[in-house]
Amino acid sequence: MKSKNPNHIRSIFAHIVLIILSFMCLFFFYILFINATRSHADLQKGFSALPGGYLFENLKNVANDGTFPMFRGILNSLIVSGCSAAICTYFSALTAYGLYAYNFKLKKVAFTFIMAILVMPTQVTAMGFLRLITRMGMYDSLLPLVIPSIASPAVFYFMYSYLQSSLPLSLVEAARIDGSGEFRTFNIIVLPIMKPAVAVQAIFTFVGSWNNYFVPALVIQSKEKMTVPILIATLRGADYMNFDMGKIYTMILVAIVPIVLAYLFLSKYIIAGVTLGGVKE
Amino acid sequence: MRQKSKKIDYAKWGYFFIIPFFASFFIFSFLPLVDTIRYSFFEYYRSGIKEIGPNFVGLQNYISLLESDMLKYAGNTLILWLIGFVPQIVIALVLAEWFVDARLKIHGLQFFKVVIYLPNLIMASAFAMLFFTMFSTNGPINGILMSFGWIKEPVDFLGTVLGTRSLIGLMNFLMWFGNTTIMLMAAIMGISPDIFEAAELDGCTSVQRFFHITLPLIRPILAYTLITSIIGGLQMFDVPQILTNGQGNPDRTSMTLIMFLNSHLKSKNYGMAGALSVYLFIVSGILCFIVYRMTNNEDMNGAKVTKKAKKERKG
Amino acid sequence: MKKRVISTLLITAMAVNALAGWGKSSGSETAEALDSGEGSVINVYSWNDEFRERLEAVYPEVKETSSDGTVTTLNDGTEIHWIINPNQDGVYQQKLDEALLRQADAAADDKVDIFLSETDYVNKYTDAAADVAMPLTDLGIDPDTDLADQYSFTKVTASDENGVQRGSTWQCCPGLLVYRRDIANEVFGTDDPEAVAEKVKDWDTMKATAGELKAKGYFTFSSYADTFRLYGNSIAQSWVSPGESVIKVDQKIMDWISDSKEWLDAGYLDKNIKGQWNDDWNKAMASNSKVFAFLFPAWGIDFTLKKNWDGENGVWAVTNPPQEYNWGGSYVHACAGTDNPQHVKDIILAVTADKDNLLKISKDYLDFTNTQSGMQEAAADDSGYASEFLGGQNAFSYFAPVAENIQIAPLSAYDQGCVERIQNSFNDYFQGIVNLDKAKDNFETAVTERYPDITEIQWPE
Repeated sequence: MKSKNPNHIRSIFAHIVLIILSFMCLFFFYILFINATRSHADLQKGFSALPGGYLFENLKNVANDGTFPMFRGILNSLIVSGCSAAICTYFSALTAYGLYAYNFKLKKVAFTFIMAILVMPTQVTAMGFLRLITRMGMYDSLLPLVIPSIASPAVFYFMYSYLQSSLPLSLVEAARIDGSGEFRTFNIIVLPIMKPAVAVQAIFTFVGSWNNYFVPALVIQSKEKMTVPILIATLRGADYMNFDMGKIYTMILVAIVPIVLAYLFLSKYIIAGVTLGGVKE
Repeated sequence: MRQKSKKIDYAKWGYFFIIPFFASFFIFSFLPLVDTIRYSFFEYYRSGIKEIGPNFVGLQNYISLLESDMLKYAGNTLILWLIGFVPQIVIALVLAEWFVDARLKIHGLQFFKVVIYLPNLIMASAFAMLFFTMFSTNGPINGILMSFGWIKEPVDFLGTVLGTRSLIGLMNFLMWFGNTTIMLMAAIMGISPDIFEAAELDGCTSVQRFFHITLPLIRPILAYTLITSIIGGLQMFDVPQILTNGQGNPDRTSMTLIMFLNSHLKSKNYGMAGALSVYLFIVSGILCFIVYRMTNNEDMNGAKVTKKAKKERKG
Repeated sequence: MKKRVISTLLITAMAVNALAGWGKSSGSETAEALDSGEGSVINVYSWNDEFRERLEAVYPEVKETSSDGTVTTLNDGTEIHWIINPNQDGVYQQKLDEALLRQADAAADDKVDIFLSETDYVNKYTDAAADVAMPLTDLGIDPDTDLADQYSFTKVTASDENGVQRGSTWQCCPGLLVYRRDIANEVFGTDDPEAVAEKVKDWDTMKATAGELKAKGYFTFSSYADTFRLYGNSIAQSWVSPGESVIKVDQKIMDWISDSKEWLDAGYLDKNIKGQWNDDWNKAMASNSKVFAFLFPAWGIDFTLKKNWDGENGVWAVTNPPQEYNWGGSYVHACAGTDNPQHVKDIILAVTADKDNLLKISKDYLDFTNTQSGMQEAAADDSGYASEFLGGQNAFSYFAPVAENIQIAPLSAYDQGCVERIQNSFNDYFQGIVNLDKAKDNFETAVTERYPDITEIQWPE
């Protein structure tokens, strides 16, 4: 009886805190949206809480600016992120399966090694990486942003945990008895079982690659290959762009809208995925 | 006999399946690492359009780095990480506890989860650019504060050490607290309900329950969150880089280690960048070791806890 | 299942193609259509669209420019590809340097044909040893006859250490003081340029005037960076002497530091505006700003001030500044290894040496152009060159005498980085966050990061 009242007060308090935090999360996007709908001249006059009618004009300006090819950038980002997600999840699953389903001499060593490099920051090898891809003729191309994602220890670990919990080895044995080749077994039987894990990791790899800035900024030089984060960063340093703040806000809006939309559709899945296997990137 | 030869045959496939991973790692991580270490012993940079070096200089690069402000940037990185991490873990713990507490009857649970996780997906560079425009002296935030009459003069957020660091901390907090909340929530839900019931019967208060039951039981996940966050903090780059345009203003107090590395890479100073990378490698190596110990011992429990949680929520 | 595998493969193949193919498809294959043996693509490196606008305005061969501003087609089918990167923080130079290093191996249509440079770093590219900017004579331009009407200091600036001219400019950048008539009327009771000139005739008078403006709630200038050029132009020795690796900070720079601190503390400058080329600075040019004046050359009035002004024409006026100065200047260079020498020559002559073209630029864009005789005519022709934006004032009558006296400060290839870093590092000192010595330390750290070959920084006693 006694505990009911305090719970009621706590409940109200909890709701207030949650509303404040949600407000903080959404408020910035609200301002972004408002400002993207106003012209530079309006913005010069100060902030207003209501949207203006300039969004379409701003979008047109963004689309027509060859110096900041934003839509080309989005296309590049889509290609890089899509390919990375596909390659990364496929090969991670393959590696995880290789280490899970087979017994071989170096198995323990290989597993330990992958665990050891799990948290090695990509930045420490950036310099050598840059020189290497220059020698390989891949400087200023999108390939070096995609191919290295074959080796993603974190994704591997996730897949491995998932296999442990959901792939009985008897299933593999059964496939062998049916005469299925090893590679075929993986593609036809194992991959479909891993579908939930693959989907979740594909989403996270996609987002990670979409938002990646450090490596692309070093590798990409020419305009038509730039990905979205580089374009955004260029914006920050560009003197002549500051003439039109409406355009800048619109560019930021355009850069984050695809992800936000995708998130709203997939949110349940994504949030469930955060804890699947207990791996956080 | 037949059985045995078949096994050896299958083992071969194990190697085949893991080859792409190791080949890719070898080419794109290991070779660059060796190259990076090699050039850390050389004077090698580009001056304008001329290339200087490589000339072997021994440990000179390492010594000049120690003499430079590297340690200060390490301190900056630590401070910036703490400003974001402390509120993040505290708020996340509180929220996770609330979310799983049926007695609180949180309305719109799913909505709140979706909203607090949202910033985690936003491009850090775009987020930083947005903060930069919004918190400039003539930006919308100052405009709003002034129109409410709360301040008379615009606040120069990015002109003060406290302001800049707080903004970076705030951004890191906003980007990660949702993620951490959801992780911790799963961990708490993985705790056997029997324990809570028993506590209830013993007349345990919410606070007692939190400190004496929940906290000790989710320790593995907490440690895991801590380590991954430290490693993320060590790599902090996008947010301060774009907020301060790579300058780490004011007075270079928001310059992080990776920003420092980036500025050497941008000016094509391979020798210095190499030496700095090696320092970073050593630090992250130590962290790797800790994580390795954890993944082999404690975190296995953590992973099980969350997996259990997942099953329970679905079932 | 099979179908899906195939479609996945197809998509992957397409994506790989897209990944690998880019860059190769950028040049359109119109080479055979040309008779001159010239390449079909002229690649121009620049940091904004100013040069493109000038070229479109005066080069008769221009047919059209694509809507996104990246490709201009000429009448003979040749395409000019504009490769634009921001100047700030050395980004433009980095990208240009990358391209220059690749120049020898690049396919004909990917070679840099024309690049631009600013006074701050022109001499990095005109360096005879580097040999990246072609001597004009190699193009068939004789500076002594073809460019005889140019201001001679521009020719000297664009020459290497042996006196060989390796670039040419259409503009000349004498600076003026641009002020708000409405504020002048309110504070001084007059907006007459002569009377205002008297109020700002030297630094001491200027300071007294700043006090008057302050009393009425106005700032004299927006940012400490605004006055930098007036000091920076009169340095006695270059930032880095040729062949040395030591930065010598000039006494004039120290004067700028102490004066700026004094002005900022006195409230003559707006504390909230940190440097130039940012949103706060732009807003200071809007009608609701409290800033009285800016120090701008001709391009600044047209390219910067006008774009940020949201009020009516005729509010701004020009007059003589407390000290003569010049600011900027974009040089056009033919890049060694170009496959379009004839086009490049035509473009350089049309944009930088043709008096009629230059006068047209002056008329349309208020740019002070590189023709001595033309500018004298413009200065005398009040009706022909009256600027609507300046309320009918003929700015050229103010610019021309300044241009005659421009002494170009000793230059070095390190100027841009030094200027940017010193303004940035001392901002903390002006704002009271660090003391003078700490600001010096920060400058040293920042500048050696940008230029690893600098071994020492010397400060005046």
